[in-house]
Amino acid sequence: MAEGTLSWERVQVEREVETVSRPSLSYWQDAWIRLKANRRALISLYLVIALVAFTLLGPFVWTVDPAAQDLDQISVPPGADRTATVVGDYSPWRGVTATATADDGGELAAPVSVSVVDQPTTNSVRLRWDPVPGAGGYRVYRNRYDPEPDGALGLPIAEILNPVNVSFEDRLDLKAETYFYSVVALDGRGRESPNYTTATAGVTRVITAAEAVEKGLIDNESDVQLGDTVEMAFHPLGTDYLGRDMLARLMHGARVSLFIGIVAPFFFVIIGILYGSAAGFMGGRADQVLMRFADFVVALPFLLFMILLRILFNVESGDSGIGPMLVAMVLLSWPAAARLVRGQILQIREEGYIGASRLLGAKTNYLILRHMIPNTMGVILVTLTFAVPSAIFTEAFLSFIGMGVAPPTPSWGSMCNEGLKTMLTTPHELIAPAAFISITVLAFNLLGDGLRDALDARMRATE
Amino acid sequence: MLLYTVKRLIQGIVTVWFIATATFFAMHGVPGDPLMNDKAVKPEIRANLEARYGLDKPIHMQYWIYLKNMASGDFGISFTQQNREVNDIIREHFKVSATLGILAIVFAALGGILWGALTALYRNRAPDIVIMFLVILGISVPGFVFAALGQLSVVEINDWLGFTLFPVAGWGTVQHMIVPSMVLGLGTMAFLTRLMRSSMLEIANSDFIRTARSKGLPVTRILRKHQLRNAILPVITVLGPSIAAITTGGFVVELVFAIPGLGRYFVQAVQQSDYTVIMGTTVFYGAFLVFMVIVVDVIYGFVDPRVRLE
Repeated sequence: MAEGTLSWERVQVEREVETVSRPSLSYWQDAWIRLKANRRALISLYLVIALVAFTLLGPFVWTVDPAAQDLDQISVPPGADRTATVVGDYSPWRGVTATATADDGGELAAPVSVSVVDQPTTNSVRLRWDPVPGAGGYRVYRNRYDPEPDGALGLPIAEILNPVNVSFEDRLDLKAETYFYSVVALDGRGRESPNYTTATAGVTRVITAAEAVEKGLIDNESDVQLGDTVEMAFHPLGTDYLGRDMLARLMHGARVSLFIGIVAPFFFVIIGILYGSAAGFMGGRADQVLMRFADFVVALPFLLFMILLRILFNVESGDSGIGPMLVAMVLLSWPAAARLVRGQILQIREEGYIGASRLLGAKTNYLILRHMIPNTMGVILVTLTFAVPSAIFTEAFLSFIGMGVAPPTPSWGSMCNEGLKTMLTTPHELIAPAAFISITVLAFNLLGDGLRDALDARMRATE
Repeated sequence: MLLYTVKRLIQGIVTVWFIATATFFAMHGVPGDPLMNDKAVKPEIRANLEARYGLDKPIHMQYWIYLKNMASGDFGISFTQQNREVNDIIREHFKVSATLGILAIVFAALGGILWGALTALYRNRAPDIVIMFLVILGISVPGFVFAALGQLSVVEINDWLGFTLFPVAGWGTVQHMIVPSMVLGLGTMAFLTRLMRSSMLEIANSDFIRTARSKGLPVTRILRKHQLRNAILPVITVLGPSIAAITTGGFVVELVFAIPGLGRYFVQAVQQSDYTVIMGTTVFYGAFLVFMVIVVDVIYGFVDPRVRLE
């Protein structure tokens, strides 16, 4: 450094250096931020979590046995009145007898002053009427609907062949609702007169103290007196046609539906990943053969083979049938995932970073596990989410046509199937499970949309 | 084009053979003897059946007989219904299912294209939001719920009108067909609406639309001649898979509306373990679906020459 004028010191230049204002985001962090910004997807995510909690934790909160039958409350809709009046033991009724005045020979008149004797209860409904001149007997009909205006009398419930007896006691399967009793006179040869009289009986639910104790509604018989009311067992969502608690059945049914809906896609996506990445990575002839086979499996009519496989597994009625359904779904559904993964792998194989990694001496296994599969994860996750609703649909469809889970195991599909039969009278038995299926499928669909938008820029929906 | 069609047909035949083979071995994997039903089969009938299907012969011979029968269109005799051939069952009941399915697919395709185009035109405005909400609902509600609701609304409509406009169940007249086919098509229509919408929006951003606009073509003409025509293409491609969806959806609708279609027979056969009917209908349905996908693909090849190059 002889020349003092010339300095080789580093020149300090004040320069605007690009500074990193925040740590760079990983792919997953970025996706999470995008997902959080999507309100619909986020709500769906919470819904899915809530549904899982409903089926996993629900039974601990609502400990009613889904198979227990409450025979006092059959096909009861949610929010129905469930009070019962305490009564004494049943005492038999002798009935009413009366003799008619002389016969005028014409068409038999309708019985007059048909009336309900005593309070109509679920124990018994007692009817009496004035004798009809010339009648050889009477027939009593019961209907749950008003016979007017069509004259729909309902079911014949009794036939009285002695005209002196002008009363009837109904003790047949009475529920706490309104019944329409119609009385018709019969002539000497048992032919029915077209004239009828209808009486209405608003039946109240009654229970004896002993029964209440037996059902666990009260602790001691001495706790209640005659005329007190006790509350029947509580069913928040009502009961089904066998008196089973709907809420408990929905919780246990969710187990089957969600289990199949989540586990089946999980397994077939894994098979799809392995198969697809093998095909994509090997390429050439092997790839062609593998994919042609996948094409054939795709061509199999899915539901037909599902049913065939069930027969193959020899599922007897009474078996739950969950296992075979799962295996059948996995066996038949993997090709779509395999195709997708193969396409991704083929694309990624040509990327620069794979070449770089190879140049650094990376082995095939390492390439697949470290680079290829993680980079297809986004697409796979989206496929998985969209596969869940279709798996739930499939389970519901199979259970609906009676090919899925067998009774008494509840599943949403089989509950819909049972509810359909009584759709017109007690719609809640169909609506509740159908609503659960729809909400679940909706949540997974919206979540899938959100995930697709968040994870994969190329697949982003045009919205 | 001819080469493409022939290639697809050969592929299709191989696929049908694969389906037939898979069905054969699946049914033979079933433990037990299909002839050993609840009621004992008479020895002479048993002998006849054994001779016809070669059930006393080794399995490869049986397979050969089965393939020969299938190829000549003989699907065998029903095990549970007396004096009925599977061919008769298919011939009699398939036309019902086919009518139902065709009506449903026409309804779904027309509705899907119409609603899809409408939502795209009114993007992010009230009609779009309302229809897309209904579409999401349509995709998320299982078919049997639609069937039940459809039947319920038929009851209500008849009640309101005071006479039977649409029968609640059964088959025969045009009135019988309308509600079931609409119910059957709903899910597919929702799906097609969504597809049509995104396809319309994608095309709206393409260069040729911009060119057409800058040329000063009238908006309706751009819509009709350029946008709609191109947007319908993806809808045509998914019609093949849609036919499969409608076929299986038909099982449920036929059950709910008591329609004497092949789907209901298939479900019944499965419930009664009527093996020949199951095998016959499976292969028949499989062949039908494969054939329909080919038809759709060939039509697509005509409509869009770009696919033929692949």
